[in-house]
Amino acid sequence: MEPTLKFFSGFAPNDLWFMGEAALRTLWISVLSISLGTVLGTLFGWMLYEGRRAATLTLAPVLDVFRSVPLIIQLVLFYNFAPIVGLNLDPFASGTVILTVYTAALVANVARGGIEAVGAPMRRAARSLGLSYWQDLRHVVLPIGGRAVFPSWVGVALGVMKDSALVSVLGYVELLKASQILITRTQEPFLILALAGAFYFALSYPVSRYATHLENRWAQ
Amino acid sequence: MISIRDLHKYFGALHVLKGIDLDVQKGEVLSVIGASGSGKSTLLYCINGLEAIQDGAVTVDGTDVHAKGTDINKLRQKLGMVFQQWNSFPHLTALENVALAPRIVKGKSKAEAREIAAMQLQHVGLGEKLDVYPGALSGGQQQRLAIARALAMEPEYMLFDEATSALDPELVGEVLDTMRLLADEGMTMICVTHEMGFARDVSDRVAFFHQGVMEEIGPPAQIFGDARSEHTRKFLANVR
Repeated sequence: MEPTLKFFSGFAPNDLWFMGEAALRTLWISVLSISLGTVLGTLFGWMLYEGRRAATLTLAPVLDVFRSVPLIIQLVLFYNFAPIVGLNLDPFASGTVILTVYTAALVANVARGGIEAVGAPMRRAARSLGLSYWQDLRHVVLPIGGRAVFPSWVGVALGVMKDSALVSVLGYVELLKASQILITRTQEPFLILALAGAFYFALSYPVSRYATHLENRWAQ
Repeated sequence: MISIRDLHKYFGALHVLKGIDLDVQKGEVLSVIGASGSGKSTLLYCINGLEAIQDGAVTVDGTDVHAKGTDINKLRQKLGMVFQQWNSFPHLTALENVALAPRIVKGKSKAEAREIAAMQLQHVGLGEKLDVYPGALSGGQQQRLAIARALAMEPEYMLFDEATSALDPELVGEVLDTMRLLADEGMTMICVTHEMGFARDVSDRVAFFHQGVMEEIGPPAQIFGDARSEHTRKFLANVR
């Protein structure tokens, strides 16, 4: 008697490695997008603050679009339509581009708020000491405004990390995609989704703990 | 010497300074008094170029403050300024607050900048507070910190913009004492102030501003004892 053909096999220790690797990909695409997006978003925030009419007319509406349209729609549209204009990007690159722009759109407002938080009197005081515009920006506005909006920025960063799960729709095997693959094979969605959740938690929790630690230190 | 010629300043349609002519000599202490909105503070902002002017000229030791080619950041090193709000940098200790500008503007080494900072904090009586963050200092101490921060750039002139107005009454004295100390050391000072006692005792001359015009200027004895202008007499009668 031939053994029955087995389509499904249970969750094996090996699969934990598979998920771990996928978690690293989640971490990698998140760190990359959040870093690039923060730099770009800070630049945008500064332009919104300084640019007045020009930036409000051009940049602000574009950022509004990226902030308002669901990320999953942005990802699918960009991945499928970028080749039309000759951009053949793999899922990872497409995901990184969209996550970066999305982060930048969110960070732009945070950064503008940070600059506003420093206030004109503080900046006049800095300039009165002979600091140039850029020295004031680097040594006074960045540290003071940065600390003021740091909690908001951490919120954005953690949000983007979780939202990076949506890149799975492009086929990039990050944590959620890996989980879907395993669920299809093992038919154990409860266990695997719980594990995936634990991985996300393990990525977020240290960040948020470290952020709290920094905030407490600055509060002194 | 600070030289102001026919200075006009507008905020939009509002004519804030209406043709000010004023010379301040090296070593002189000038107090500027007058009601709120009379343009006194704006005058200081025009002297160190924090506000643009619409007509006239301000020159500091022969350099036109508002000329296009003027290196304003370099010129401001000569012109220390202390504001009503002390504006200490909250993320830096007292020592770092004072050391910041010498280090990044003048390019002093870290050790040198800290040495200058420690000396200036000692100077204003904060020698014990070097490593304290501004949040743990009183308003009077923060204002003295602001004075030390300005002095660390080794300015030749000091501009005080109502330096004691935002302080609790019991903290005013320590800041005025520090300002007196500077005056005794021969610092050239322009003090916009509501402290009539300080204006009378410390200044060489007192200028009274009224609605954007320098109504009169003279030695304290004359302004406080025998003012020529009706507006000056009325103002002084009200503040006493």
